[in-house]
Amino acid sequence: MEYLRQVLLQKVAGFDQLPGSLQVFIPMLLGCLLCLGLVALFPLFAVWLERKVSAHMQDRLGPMRVGGWHGWAQTIADGVKLLLKEDIIPAEADRLLFKLAPIVVFVGGFAAFVVLPFSDQFIVSDLNIGVLYIIAISSLGVVGIIMAGWASNNKYALFGGMRAAAQIVSYEIPTMLAILTVVIPVGSLSMQDIVRAQSGGIFNWFIFQPVTFLAFWVFYIGTLAEVNRTPFDIPEAESELVAGYHTEYSGMRFAFFFLAEYANMFLVSAIGVTLFWGGWQGPTWLPGPIWFILKAMALVFVQMWLRWTLPRLRVDQLMYVSWKVLLPISFILVLAAGILALVTEGHLNE
Amino acid sequence: MKRYFLDIIQSIWTVLVGMKITGRHLFTRSCTLQYPSVKWELPERSRMRLFNKIEDCIGCGQCVRACPVDCIYMTTEKRLKEAPPIFAADGTPIKLSVTQFDIDMSLCCYCNLCTYPCPTHCLVMTPEYEFAVNTKQDFLYRFAKDEPLAPVTPSAVTPEPVSAK
Repeated sequence: MEYLRQVLLQKVAGFDQLPGSLQVFIPMLLGCLLCLGLVALFPLFAVWLERKVSAHMQDRLGPMRVGGWHGWAQTIADGVKLLLKEDIIPAEADRLLFKLAPIVVFVGGFAAFVVLPFSDQFIVSDLNIGVLYIIAISSLGVVGIIMAGWASNNKYALFGGMRAAAQIVSYEIPTMLAILTVVIPVGSLSMQDIVRAQSGGIFNWFIFQPVTFLAFWVFYIGTLAEVNRTPFDIPEAESELVAGYHTEYSGMRFAFFFLAEYANMFLVSAIGVTLFWGGWQGPTWLPGPIWFILKAMALVFVQMWLRWTLPRLRVDQLMYVSWKVLLPISFILVLAAGILALVTEGHLNE
Repeated sequence: MKRYFLDIIQSIWTVLVGMKITGRHLFTRSCTLQYPSVKWELPERSRMRLFNKIEDCIGCGQCVRACPVDCIYMTTEKRLKEAPPIFAADGTPIKLSVTQFDIDMSLCCYCNLCTYPCPTHCLVMTPEYEFAVNTKQDFLYRFAKDEPLAPVTPSAVTPEPVSAK
């Protein structure tokens, strides 16, 4: 948040007299609050969009009443309703884990927003290991899911938790290998460096280069499974497991799971945009953050589109896709990316 | 090995075909009718709420006899000889004054059998279908003018069904 710090130094009187650590901490806190606002507000919009997209794909209308124009306030009303609902904890539940699980799931998704490059200036913290950080911190979500499944003391919840563990851990491997195919040519794990490596016209984006083009689809399928979206939604398969790991949750704790799910949808789409679709770059008649969010929203829309197109996979099919299809393909892609990097950078002659 | 790659290509292709179909439906007109503001157009001669134009009713009681669920309650009094003669709309002389003409719509089965025998066509089924009420007694429609004080109908005396006790 170097940019925000400069602005504060110029505009706020007495900011330069603060101790040095506070001068770094306060802009970072403001950036985090902005991200928190985005994480809290985006699901409101995304849930509405999901309901509208699903309705129109089924030739229905979806919410039309609340708020006037096409029911735009429906999710706000739903959120208020969830806030006011009774908070039920099952008698035989592990109370501490039960209360902790939604927070862990939410924090896992939210913490990764810190390294999202919304524009060349707006990134809360441009870590030099940004990609690694995202991989590490987003794995926290699965811990929360298993906690929720275990603490509920409900067989369906436990089934959901175990399935989520198996699925997310399996799909993390091809996803990470697909990310590696981008990291190899860039030579850096910093999110901003990856975006800058794609500068100079649309055809420098990694999506338009052969190896990374295939890698993007591996990445996209993998992230689809990691955020439990249909066709990989077996952890919360409503027709067999009631609601999976959040069966026993009600009120605001349930809302937190929902919030985390939609925040994660945006997160994985934003990572995809950063790695493959040129990040915040685009024609200059729109500012960077707008391009970034528009591109991410487009990928979120495709996630919704797929949800209303494909049926749910069986557990064995799910494992087949991950271990026998995506994993070999991503290995080959990493190999190809390595060879390509060697050839283009001329290391073969050394 | 050939099968493996064919499976991958085929699955990608089927996903694209499916997405094309759902994508097309995203832009087709939705078939939802937003009920309270837009209403379904009922078919001609649809059978909904009963209506009796009491001025034309001659009190013949054929509807009472035709009703399979006995939901029409009618009481008539003979008009005096010296009273001025009155006629229904189609010219039939009215010799009986109808003092009670009650229809319990909560019992009605909408069979339309009562309207066929009506000689003056005063009992008809209207296309009106939004007549939900809060109590069962409100379903007792009273059409007669100068209703006697407390009309005695089985439904009004025992409004609760036996099974509810």
